[in-house]
Amino acid sequence: MTSIGTGYDLSSSTYSPDGRIFQVEYANKAVDNSGTAIGIRCKDGVVLAIEKLVPSKLLVPGSNKRTQTVDFHVGVATAGLLADGRQLVNRAREEAYNWRSTYKEAIAGKALADRLAMYVQAYTLYSSVRPFGSSAILGTVDKDGPVLYMIDPSGIYFGYRGVAIGKGKQVAKTEIEKLKLDELTCREAVKEAARILHLVHDEAKDKDFELELSWVCAESNNKHAIVPADLAQEANAFAQAALNPDEMED
Amino acid sequence: MDYFPLNWGKPRATGDEHNWLATPGMAGAHARRADMSPTCYAPAGPTSHTSSPIVTGTSVVALKYKDGIMMATDCLASYGSLARFRDVERMVPVGNSTVVGASGDISDFQYIQHQLKDLEIDEYETPDGHHLGPENVFGYLHRVMYARRSKMDFLWNTLVVGGLQDGKKYLGCVDMRGVTYSASTIATGYGAYIAQPLLRKAVEGREDTLPEEEARKLLNKVMQVLFYRDARSLNKIQVTTVNASGVHISEPYSLPTEWGFAENIRGYGAAQN
Repeated sequence: MTSIGTGYDLSSSTYSPDGRIFQVEYANKAVDNSGTAIGIRCKDGVVLAIEKLVPSKLLVPGSNKRTQTVDFHVGVATAGLLADGRQLVNRAREEAYNWRSTYKEAIAGKALADRLAMYVQAYTLYSSVRPFGSSAILGTVDKDGPVLYMIDPSGIYFGYRGVAIGKGKQVAKTEIEKLKLDELTCREAVKEAARILHLVHDEAKDKDFELELSWVCAESNNKHAIVPADLAQEANAFAQAALNPDEMED
Repeated sequence: MDYFPLNWGKPRATGDEHNWLATPGMAGAHARRADMSPTCYAPAGPTSHTSSPIVTGTSVVALKYKDGIMMATDCLASYGSLARFRDVERMVPVGNSTVVGASGDISDFQYIQHQLKDLEIDEYETPDGHHLGPENVFGYLHRVMYARRSKMDFLWNTLVVGGLQDGKKYLGCVDMRGVTYSASTIATGYGAYIAQPLLRKAVEGREDTLPEEEARKLLNKVMQVLFYRDARSLNKIQVTTVNASGVHISEPYSLPTEWGFAENIRGYGAAQN
């Protein structure tokens, strides 16, 4: 859906006659054009999965990761401009560090999401800076249990039980809605996440991709960690099998 | 922000911004002379830093054994001669393969603990596959202690760092002056005089063969001797073991002591002879 904001889209500090800020909407387009990222809040933790598109075979496998950690316990998956995503995470790390210095405890997911959202929103106020061209999915387990938040370039954030951003978000959202999130464990969710990302991946348009799987759960000591290699392999196999049901081995 | 206009444009040495006595204007208010001459803005007090520790922990002892290292501390934080806090943990794990024990000022140790946590977080946030080992933590603490001594603003501690670095046992200690020492047996405070000879006799040359049980018995004996002789110690101790399976800090437990000999001494003992 292309909407031309002729004249009203040159800076963040300009409203259009129908009350939109086009620069922020264009920033969202940057997110919608990137590889899909999903987050699932299970009953015992949070799973983050990213379809990291690999544009060239010359890239070292595992480079330019889109999953990052803030403090010990918060995982962040970004979609959109990778460099903007990294800046967001740097700010999140500063916020987490300052929280620890003041309160001598780990920052809660809600507080961090709030800080990050305020920061992102600040970049939508002035014509001298551009809005962040990335959305961030934040997952952690704190004293309130597992929590999942998503902040978009406008600075709006919500808490989610399941969320998807990027190219395949519509298909991914539909798939996530089919899951019984209240009963799902992290181990199961990892497999489902892999399956969903393989499903949304467009083989024709984007050839190669790396699947980044990470979680925060009891098995990772409530720290954000990459899913163990054996489980990741199981998940990939499960995803492949789901894609090609007739080629399943017996 | 410093709202006192006469302080603007007066860059001071770093670290002095929060020292109210060093900045004129704040302390100047108290020292202001009636004639309001320029000297009234001179700092009212000298800049001073920790010159003596307040709440303190006593000896830390550590040794290398067959599978790694072991360290022991008692659970006492003394307020001068008062045995004030008797459930203090003077050893903390850093990452999966290091333990840091401290003697000296407990508030400075709490500050160091916070710094170490930030170090751990920094390492965890960087996914390069590397993990901090005892030699890294020790190097960091050495630099911190030496930098503070060079500013004449000491962290009043002697820190013992122990663990496994790539499978190799490591034990080191760094004191408030930034002096470092590494060996198979380490002891701080009174331990350096009383425990060290006992540890050396039993451990030196046997670092790779000393079994865990024997090492544990040795540490218990050494802490017992320290309780008899060090007047600022407690018989409630903790023992930490660092081996291939990680850092294990025991729950505090009490050491038995034998005071029966007092019966034979005039003026002492229950019988009161």
